Amino acid sequence: MRLIIEKRLESSRLIAFLVPIASILLALLAGAGLLAAAGVNPWQTYRAMALGAFGSKYSLSETLVKAIPLMLSGLGVSIAFRMLFWNIGAEGQLAMGGFAAAGVALFLADKIPDPLLLPAMFVAAFLAGALWGLIPAGLKAALGVNEIITSLMLNYVAILWIEHLFYGPWKDPQGYGFPGSAQFPKAAWLPRLTGRVHAGLIIAIVAAAFLWLVLGRSKWGYEIKVIGENPRAARYAGMSLARNILLVMLLSGGLAGLAGFGEVAGISHRLQKGLTVGYGYTAIIVAWLARLNPWGVLLVAFLLAGLLVGGDQIQITMGLPAAMALVLQGAILFFVLGGALFAQYRLRLVRRPPGLSTSAEVTE
Amino acid sequence: MNMAMLVSILAVTVQAGTSLVFATIGEIYTERSGILNLGVEGMMLMGAVAAFAAAYHTGSVWLGVAAAMATGGVLALIHAFLTITLRTDQTVTGLALTIFGTGMTSFLGQRLGPAGKPLVGLIGPRFERLPLPGLSDIPFLGRALFRQDLLVYGMYLLVPLAWYYLYKTRPGLHLRAVGENPQTADAMGVSVSGIRYAYTVLGGMLVGLGGAHLSLAYTPGWTENLTGGRGWIVIALVIFATWDPLRAVVGAVLFGGVNAVQFRLQAAGTAIPPAFLGMMPYLFTILVLVVITWWEAFRKRVGAPAALGLPYAREEKG
Repeated sequence: MRLIIEKRLESSRLIAFLVPIASILLALLAGAGLLAAAGVNPWQTYRAMALGAFGSKYSLSETLVKAIPLMLSGLGVSIAFRMLFWNIGAEGQLAMGGFAAAGVALFLADKIPDPLLLPAMFVAAFLAGALWGLIPAGLKAALGVNEIITSLMLNYVAILWIEHLFYGPWKDPQGYGFPGSAQFPKAAWLPRLTGRVHAGLIIAIVAAAFLWLVLGRSKWGYEIKVIGENPRAARYAGMSLARNILLVMLLSGGLAGLAGFGEVAGISHRLQKGLTVGYGYTAIIVAWLARLNPWGVLLVAFLLAGLLVGGDQIQITMGLPAAMALVLQGAILFFVLGGALFAQYRLRLVRRPPGLSTSAEVTE
Repeated sequence: MNMAMLVSILAVTVQAGTSLVFATIGEIYTERSGILNLGVEGMMLMGAVAAFAAAYHTGSVWLGVAAAMATGGVLALIHAFLTITLRTDQTVTGLALTIFGTGMTSFLGQRLGPAGKPLVGLIGPRFERLPLPGLSDIPFLGRALFRQDLLVYGMYLLVPLAWYYLYKTRPGLHLRAVGENPQTADAMGVSVSGIRYAYTVLGGMLVGLGGAHLSLAYTPGWTENLTGGRGWIVIALVIFATWDPLRAVVGAVLFGGVNAVQFRLQAAGTAIPPAFLGMMPYLFTILVLVVITWWEAFRKRVGAPAALGLPYAREEKG
């Protein structure tokens, strides 16, 4: 008897649908094993997480609040991943967006008419995130420098930079030592829809629609797709890899920058500690689980935001580390990645026929 | 700058560089087999937390080292299973490993202390400095290099061994063959999957050992995100070293040196804000990567194993 893996001749829609769901269930099962090993009741914990994230109007709105930055940076990451440009610098691009928006709100508020203040912050945040994303893009396009490392290193630089500002020169003199800038004037606050859910949600939905149109319906979207699937064919077809890297990262970094804009203008109303809590990294999982589809990103961002809110909830009510949410995120990604094989291939147990020599057998 | 200061900077350089050397050699072996494991940061963090927790509860630093290497190995085994057997994308799988490891250490760091309390802030056993008789009396170099802990001396031994094994032995030849040309290696009767599994796990164990040096010697104790991006610097160092264990030392010394100088400057109380000093290792990584990429392109030579990142399945050969 041995196990062989062979390609499915046709992939059924049912399998394509069932495999990710089974993968997520298995990941939750693995997480349950971990919780049980830590001496807590997994069922109670999951129940508390689900209720904390989706159980009431308040918790749903808090989940949406966390979903907004995940949607925007997840959309940004997903377009870069489409052409296999591994932008893992969304965290830093988000930080720079928050920094630029805060800079405009704090220092230009009296020079810009009130109705134009939010648009100015929006543009500044987009540009700052885009510029931060263009550094690894430019290095890759011009010299072929590995973008995974450069984009990641820039996260640390950006985070240290904003920490320097809110611990140092931008620190609120009336803040009683709290690490944060002064509060923005009211004209720099993003309107709220319900609870703490702010207009960033609308920006995210518009951005998803825009990407859906551009990626699916334009020549540029087609070019990105070809480059991602077959860079050599793209080069022979005369598509410029360098130009597309720069354009894609302009948009990718800009969207992550807008996530930073939403956080400072919609939630904290100042540049403060806690802006960079890992949304940029979760965005990678969001993008991948959504299979880089813009509408999928919105949905997955909402679900993973629920996981984060649920994690906070079990920390408050059960004294369990909120990091459980991050563990589950990682586990889900593992299982979905591994599960993808079963959508394309199938496993078969074959009995070794008697009399045949083993060397004639096809293995693996 | 006087002599004593130089000696101390060099000594801190070696301290700061040791975890980088262990992890870089580990990742070099993994990548030489054709597997790219971007989970170094996660494995290093897990190694560090496992080492400290085990040493704290047993009182033995060596059990801490064993726990770190076992943890690194198990995590690498997950990566190997996903990328080799299930043929998942190596880049995304490695990222998943880092995300999982980061979350897991944050979770464990709050649970693994006495009676389920946090580990943060506890003081546990650590590797003490052990001056080598004779060698440590050599002026200047002896004082910097041979008044270190046992893991540092272990690193001195590992470097030439790792180089010799890779370039001068038969198993080393097989390893390089699998990374450069898996089809030929397969035809020679070398098990491609077997070798890739073995060196991915070995690499993870060495990365875990690097984590152990952080939490048991360099900065004893556990704090969240103890590695602070060192795992990613390791990925850059592998490229810098052009997959050669000896050149890995040069890179690690450079980065350890940047760290040592940065600490010196902070301690001396310069006018430069600490945040800018803190950026130095990251900006330096980018700079080094740019220079080395430009240089390699200029010489039209690529040091990466030819089959790095590509899955291997027999029926798809040719």
